[in-house]
Amino acid sequence: MRAVGIILAGGHNNKMRELSNKRAIAAMPIAGSFRAIDFALSNMTNSHIQKVAVITQYNSKSLNEHLNSSKWWDFGRKQGGLFVFTPTITPENSYWYRGTADSMYQNISFLKNSHEPYVVIASGDCVYKLDYNKVLEYHIDKKADITVVCSKVPKGEEPNRFGILNKDEDNRILSIDEKPIEAYGELISTGVYIIRRRLLIELLRKANEEERYDFVKDILVRHSQVKQIYAYEIDTYWSNIATAEAYYKTNMDFLKKEIRDYFFHEYPDIYSKIDDYPPAKYNQGAAVRNSLISSGCIINGTIENSILFKKVYVGNNCTIKNSIILNDVYIGDNTYIENCIVESRDTIRANTTHIGEDGEVRIVVEKNDRYLI
Amino acid sequence: MIKKEMIAMLLAGGQGSRLGVLTSNLAKPAVTFGGKYRIIDFPLSNCINSGIDTVGVLTQYQPLRLNTHIGIGIPWDLDRNIGGVSILPPYEKSQNSEWYTGTANAIYQNMKYMEYYNPEYVLILGGDHIYKMDYEAMLDFHKANQADITLATIPVPMEEASRFGVVITDSNKQILEFEEKPEVPRSNLASMGIYIFTWKVLKESLIALSEQKGCDFGKHVIPFCHERGDRVFAYEYNGYWKDVGTLGSYWESNMELIDLVPIFNLYEEFWKIYTKTDTIPPQYIADSAVIDRAIIGEGTNIYGEVYNSVIGTGVTIETGAVVRDSIIMKGTVIGEGALINKAILAEGVTVGSGAQLGIGEEIPNKTAPHIYSFGLVTVAEDTIIPSDVKIGKNTAIAGQTDFADYADGILPSGESLIKAGDRL
Repeated sequence: MRAVGIILAGGHNNKMRELSNKRAIAAMPIAGSFRAIDFALSNMTNSHIQKVAVITQYNSKSLNEHLNSSKWWDFGRKQGGLFVFTPTITPENSYWYRGTADSMYQNISFLKNSHEPYVVIASGDCVYKLDYNKVLEYHIDKKADITVVCSKVPKGEEPNRFGILNKDEDNRILSIDEKPIEAYGELISTGVYIIRRRLLIELLRKANEEERYDFVKDILVRHSQVKQIYAYEIDTYWSNIATAEAYYKTNMDFLKKEIRDYFFHEYPDIYSKIDDYPPAKYNQGAAVRNSLISSGCIINGTIENSILFKKVYVGNNCTIKNSIILNDVYIGDNTYIENCIVESRDTIRANTTHIGEDGEVRIVVEKNDRYLI
Repeated sequence: MIKKEMIAMLLAGGQGSRLGVLTSNLAKPAVTFGGKYRIIDFPLSNCINSGIDTVGVLTQYQPLRLNTHIGIGIPWDLDRNIGGVSILPPYEKSQNSEWYTGTANAIYQNMKYMEYYNPEYVLILGGDHIYKMDYEAMLDFHKANQADITLATIPVPMEEASRFGVVITDSNKQILEFEEKPEVPRSNLASMGIYIFTWKVLKESLIALSEQKGCDFGKHVIPFCHERGDRVFAYEYNGYWKDVGTLGSYWESNMELIDLVPIFNLYEEFWKIYTKTDTIPPQYIADSAVIDRAIIGEGTNIYGEVYNSVIGTGVTIETGAVVRDSIIMKGTVIGEGALINKAILAEGVTVGSGAQLGIGEEIPNKTAPHIYSFGLVTVAEDTIIPSDVKIGKNTAIAGQTDFADYADGILPSGESLIKAGDRL
């Protein structure tokens, strides 16, 4: 136990369009039976980091529900555990979290009261597998002040919504361009950092004194010359889901065998909250091709190149193509859905058509009363 | 002070010999059911849904899978500070060490466990039925009648009543007489093997019968209490209740889950059935797959064709394979082009490509016709079936078989091929 973990899960992003009306990005459902934060949490527990703080702010109801018990990720121990930090008003402070650095500063007692020498900071909106211990070894080996885990820009993604890193041959980071208009370089920060706990406390305190609140902009970028910041490059699957398009694409990636094998069948596993739904049921008339189907689904129609999350009911003569249907959706008979993301708990009326333009996925939010047969 | 109104004692030590090779390596309550469950999930979920949070599970025959499954009871919310689930195996004593020799004897040997919780009532359950039942309603009935013992009973068709132990009651449901498998039944209320005892009565009668060999509730304890004039009542349960003690009934009750609106509906929000989920990812249905009427568990990959079948978690059905009217349990792999027809494949089976199961005529099994009937192919867990063999009906296969074990590549109907396990 050389490190404690912090997962930044407070974010919210207009690029998620209607999907983030309902929940924090970290609570977005992924790949049929997971939520985005499961990846960071599972990486933590699989790296034997037993003490993890999840910092939430924006619309955290759904995230809190997901984290209502820490036992699914094997936290909830006497030594360590899962801590959820939502902004609170105290005599010293009555602000919301004004940025990532501020959110950690407001919970600095978590860092002060720990005895582990290092901190792993991760964001809750990325899909990847990573042994943080390997990064920590590298960090120690390089005698780095901060190590930034980085990756090549995922295919089909614009680099300019990420932090672009420039490094020398020794992997020392020379400069960081946060969300530049024009990106020079293809190495991006994955939002995973390793830093000595005492150094983090000091940097957070200093930033706060200067009324600076963002970890990347106000700490990382400003110290890139004075501190030894190293890049640790990963070449395994990594994806950030914080735009509707990236979210759609990341889910669709799971229809590829190599991605499924990597996440579902290779050690270590990704854990998630258990929902106790019965197995998926295929009735007469069901025709399913190249799709992921989760537990609790009942299928009477045609499904192609799609992902059905848990407890989706698909009526007779429905056709669903290239779409993502989130949890607990009821789709009435004779419905046609193509290139859509259907928001969770929706009830789609019978005999309706929902088609997203090719290249731009449509988000369907329907709140009709549900009459079950 | 510790005090529980009612605790449950769940008898899960049985071998379930009529399930043949399915239970060579595990106790019957640990056999998987309905794609993701194990049989014991039903009584355990009934307990927690009925508000019973203290359950002793008595194990004896091949308990490993059961122990692993139950663990500390997390899936059923039975991980409690006081109470929760406890596994109760037979144990060595300074004198008179013995196995559990009968249902009541097993409970008798765990008197200390029950005493610790200081209960008013004790619920006795078996681990081999598929049903959803509110034991609290049964307890209310027990209390309202100031009964000493209440038996759960279910009305069965009169013509089938002679297969059961039936009870004859007065108009207040007090039991007047018992009849065990009567030729001419006078009642159709069959005992379900579920009892509520007032704790004092249970304790007294178990002590009184402690010398009885193979002490059994149905044969000894209840007749004993009835004869001495205890108030014994019959609680009538009306709902789905299925004994899965034979391969035929096991297969049939699995198949019933596939119906458009199954009579035993697992999709209702109310009265959830809980199980240990160790496979989280969704299932993948490939381009080449055809699925017509099936239930399929998590993490399964389907490239072939599935008709009218129950497929467990983490199963792989390769391209060109056809599975029909079958039960495929957890982690089994069906090779390319294999044909599976009316078969039960236990956990971790590997079927080679092009193998054909369940073909040919129906001939009674030669070694155990009472077990391997119904035209089923039964394959034990971790069995390996080589490529391109042909296997007939009413057959049983266990162990790592290779092509040479099949004369001319064929296991004819009615034959058994057992290379592992200690039983036919």
